[in-house]
Amino acid sequence: MTESQGVEAFHQLELNTGRFLIQRCTGCGKHVYYPREACPHCDSTSLDWISPKGGGTVYAVTTVRRKPAEGGDINVSLVDLDEGVRLMGRIDNLAPGAVSIGQRVNARVQVKDGKGLVLFDAVDGGAL
Amino acid sequence: MSTLRGLRGSAAIVGVATFGNGLSPGFTDMELLARSAHAAVEDAGLRMSDIDGLCTASGGASMWPLPVIEYLGLNPRYIDGTMLGGSSFIAHLLPAMQAIRSGQCSAVLVCYGSAQRTSTVGRREMGQLRRFVDPQPYEYPYEPMLPASAYALAASRHMHEFGTTREQLADVAVAARAWARLNPDAFMRAPLTREDVLKSRMVSEPLSVRDCCLVTDGGGAYVLVSAERAKSLPKKPVYVLGNATAVWNRQISSMRDLTATSAKQSGADAFAMAGMKPSDIDVLELYDAFTINTILFLEDLGFCPKGEGGPFVESGMIAPGGKLPVNTNGGGLSCTHPGMYGIFALIEAVRQLRGEGGDRQVIGAMTALAHGNGSTLSSQSTAILGTAETL
Ligand SMILES: [Zn+2]
Repeated sequence: MTESQGVEAFHQLELNTGRFLIQRCTGCGKHVYYPREACPHCDSTSLDWISPKGGGTVYAVTTVRRKPAEGGDINVSLVDLDEGVRLMGRIDNLAPGAVSIGQRVNARVQVKDGKGLVLFDAVDGGAL
Repeated sequence: MSTLRGLRGSAAIVGVATFGNGLSPGFTDMELLARSAHAAVEDAGLRMSDIDGLCTASGGASMWPLPVIEYLGLNPRYIDGTMLGGSSFIAHLLPAMQAIRSGQCSAVLVCYGSAQRTSTVGRREMGQLRRFVDPQPYEYPYEPMLPASAYALAASRHMHEFGTTREQLADVAVAARAWARLNPDAFMRAPLTREDVLKSRMVSEPLSVRDCCLVTDGGGAYVLVSAERAKSLPKKPVYVLGNATAVWNRQISSMRDLTATSAKQSGADAFAMAGMKPSDIDVLELYDAFTINTILFLEDLGFCPKGEGGPFVESGMIAPGGKLPVNTNGGGLSCTHPGMYGIFALIEAVRQLRGEGGDRQVIGAMTALAHGNGSTLSSQSTAILGTAETL
């Protein structure tokens, strides 16, 4: 990576090429997401980029109810990656109302109009 | 904490007012604020020229103290424009007490107004604007309906971990409405049943429209002076025994445990300053932006164990006639919610301690807790108030 941009821009540019990266602090060893210039746990400014394995578990879930003209119902979940960080996301391969807490999911990057976004797919085994 | 214990009871709220609750077409935010401010100063037996401290915040204008000072013709020696969302006007208390104690100022006006319901700048426009001035690049792309979806996520987790039910969430709304029916100033006063809540339009599961606070117009204001000065003013002083504020996260996706808010910290700190415990409190005013809030705050402030908020509210404990009166004005769910509710929770606590509650008066109330919440379970501020007997 280059030092000439902030971590937010770098993370997004990587996503735009289909790569999902999170940070790992070399000071305390904890994973960090969303991207920070310094570790919120130990204040170290030495953070490495790593590719998460992709596996995660739905921690909380809601279905936003919208009229069809406004895009229809949509799932919004909080997902805990196995690396120990939490992020907002959408479980994309299930109907919005079919997502449950404890559901195992896999991350993937959707690139649309040149812009990458992390989405999740439910995997076999269903809710824990 | 020794310094803070020394501030216990050092200042008192001596004037309160609300104006324009519900629908106030044709009024601006500033006009609603100004009417409330003047009425609160008059209620305190003071004149606007006596005010030498100002606290205010706005959901839209980031330099809001400036136009307020100009509009009211103030020349304050103490200015606090701290904006933490809806908890702000409770969080303004402790710094104002310190300013009064230090001699920086002697009479602080805390004021707010919003024409959120009838304003020509709608919530949709404000939401669009906020995307640019206050970006959340790791949440907005997933299209959560904020703030409701954040509280819905918290509710989903509470239900998962503790078996809390939609019926129990509904009971919070039903209790609030029962109180509102006793308050002529409340915006929604029609009877409301558990069934009505469960059948109402779903917004962000598991929260329906009746699990969500109102959108109203309205203004509110209060005046804080030293305990010594309060003795010579006309209204029964309501003393500030404790106040504390806590922030653990801004975004719901950064909240470590969605079933535990930083009200645990603000509550514990406020009780420590007051030298009191939950069982000492006679009446509670909790910022109920959504029904899950009341349950979370009852738990986090120590009124019931974690996870037992659902059965607690189901028992009728918080409704009129229950052992623990909560949100006696009808709360943000049924009384008023012009964008930010914190100041209204505090004002209702003051009215209860003055004995001005009318049909909803909690007889003999000498202590009250007012709790403010801001943004998406992000900021929490707890105030403990008492009458002269509690000093
Ligand atoms: Zn670290």
